[in-house]
Amino acid sequence: MSHFVELDRVALRYGGAEGTLALKDASLGIAEGEFVAVVGPSGCGKSTLMKVMSGLWKPSRGTVIVAGRQVTGPLSMVGMAFQNSVQLPWRTTLGNIMLPLEIVEPHRHRLRRERRAYEKKAEELLALVGLKGFGAKFPWQLSGGMQQRASLCRALIHEPKLLMLDEPFGALDMFTREELWAVLQDLWMTRRPTVILVTHDLREAVYLADRVLVMSARPGRFIAEFKVPFARPRALATTFEPAFGALVQELRDHIETARAPVALA
Amino acid sequence: MSEPDDAFDDADEAPQRPLLLRPRVVEKLLPWVIVVGLFVAWELACRLFAIPVFVLPPPSMVVLSIIQWWDPILENSAQTLMTTVIGFGFAVAFGLFLGVVLGSSSVIYNGVYPVLIGFNSIPKVAIVPILVIWFGIGTVPAVITAFLISFFPIVVNVSTGIATVEPELRDVLRALGASQRDIIFKVGLPRAMPYFFASLKIAITVAFVGSILSETVASNSGIGHLMITASSRFDVPLVFAGVLITAFMGVAMYAIATLVERRMTGWATRGMDGAMAGGQG
Repeated sequence: MSHFVELDRVALRYGGAEGTLALKDASLGIAEGEFVAVVGPSGCGKSTLMKVMSGLWKPSRGTVIVAGRQVTGPLSMVGMAFQNSVQLPWRTTLGNIMLPLEIVEPHRHRLRRERRAYEKKAEELLALVGLKGFGAKFPWQLSGGMQQRASLCRALIHEPKLLMLDEPFGALDMFTREELWAVLQDLWMTRRPTVILVTHDLREAVYLADRVLVMSARPGRFIAEFKVPFARPRALATTFEPAFGALVQELRDHIETARAPVALA
Repeated sequence: MSEPDDAFDDADEAPQRPLLLRPRVVEKLLPWVIVVGLFVAWELACRLFAIPVFVLPPPSMVVLSIIQWWDPILENSAQTLMTTVIGFGFAVAFGLFLGVVLGSSSVIYNGVYPVLIGFNSIPKVAIVPILVIWFGIGTVPAVITAFLISFFPIVVNVSTGIATVEPELRDVLRALGASQRDIIFKVGLPRAMPYFFASLKIAITVAFVGSILSETVASNSGIGHLMITASSRFDVPLVFAGVLITAFMGVAMYAIATLVERRMTGWATRGMDGAMAGGQG
């Protein structure tokens, strides 16, 4: 099988030989263009998984393969967004969004000559997430939800093939969060990157993903996988259908069992 | 974007209050009132308690002394200003460089810091004689002392600013393939700028301490030398004239540093001018 992202029995231990084992025998395969959500009890190594997949951390054992090549260092085809949107306060929103272009080749070399074209691209992306005309504002002039939209734009500006989102909507209120689910779904449907979304919100996982993977308590590995059958584009009303609720409930039960050993220990 | 945060004060209360009691006006005038008040109190104290001139001359005499000795004062303060600014300039360049190096590597930071602290703890007055042996008296030791005393706060602040880059941001950039150099220039340095400018305000004032210290010990010119000469002649008003001139130069340089800071890092002091008004979206 040739997946776009493939993890083969990945283990990661940090803090030396006696340190914490965050991941153990984690294996998965993700097809190109697929939207996968990863859920699990807190502290199960979800964020560690992201770091390993993006090449920021080296696995202690096992291999990570992205786009047919073993990952040994950071990959520029990755876009990332975190719960904390971390914008640079001295740059305008547009400047923040264009930051990856100043680093990733070949944009890095073209940027100076084709500045106008790139700016136009960034403005289009802003319009797509509902921030049309906010490019000249500074991040601290935007609300939390708007900053998170900008953060999504920054993750997407260099057209990454792989988008990694680590609880990107975790700090937002429910209404803003649901609004951004729709934005993210639209972005995914128009650009079709492969998305890996780490979240603790089960409704978010089921609403957005093609497939939801459940991780066990630490040391994390994948213990279950759910295909989400609902047709795209999914409306918010989908989340109130009985089938949706049943799937969320089933996921919840799995995570309960995954948590159990921790409760005993 | 920049609605005045006390818009209500202006609209409702200002017309009824006399000009001198309006909050804005009071804020602007207060520093001057305090300075003038201090001089008045000093003058009154000298006269009321009949303090001898060689103990504490009243400010009026100090001012007279400044007028009387205007030419030598001007000449010597120009010398002091020059040595201070040169030493300070070196401190800025070196402090920025070392701050970047220390801030970008915790290994180097931990390795070099003890030495730096030890060095900073040495009273600079103990170093001046050594400098005199090496370079003779005059301008060079004054410049070096000003430099030595003022680079430390710059190094500490710049390295702190760079070392405290948010790990998430570092990850975002590293995941894109950014080099350590990219991270320092795109994020670390701009982020350290408010720390840097804050340290400049400290550094410029202590740079004066350094150069004048050196001039009092080993020099034939400069405000420090002028004060030592005056005190050896028991011309106490002239000593105080030197003190006043030094304070004036310190305040002036501080004001310039503040002005530059405002221009360069307005984003960091945004809370102070009500620019947060656009924050609710």
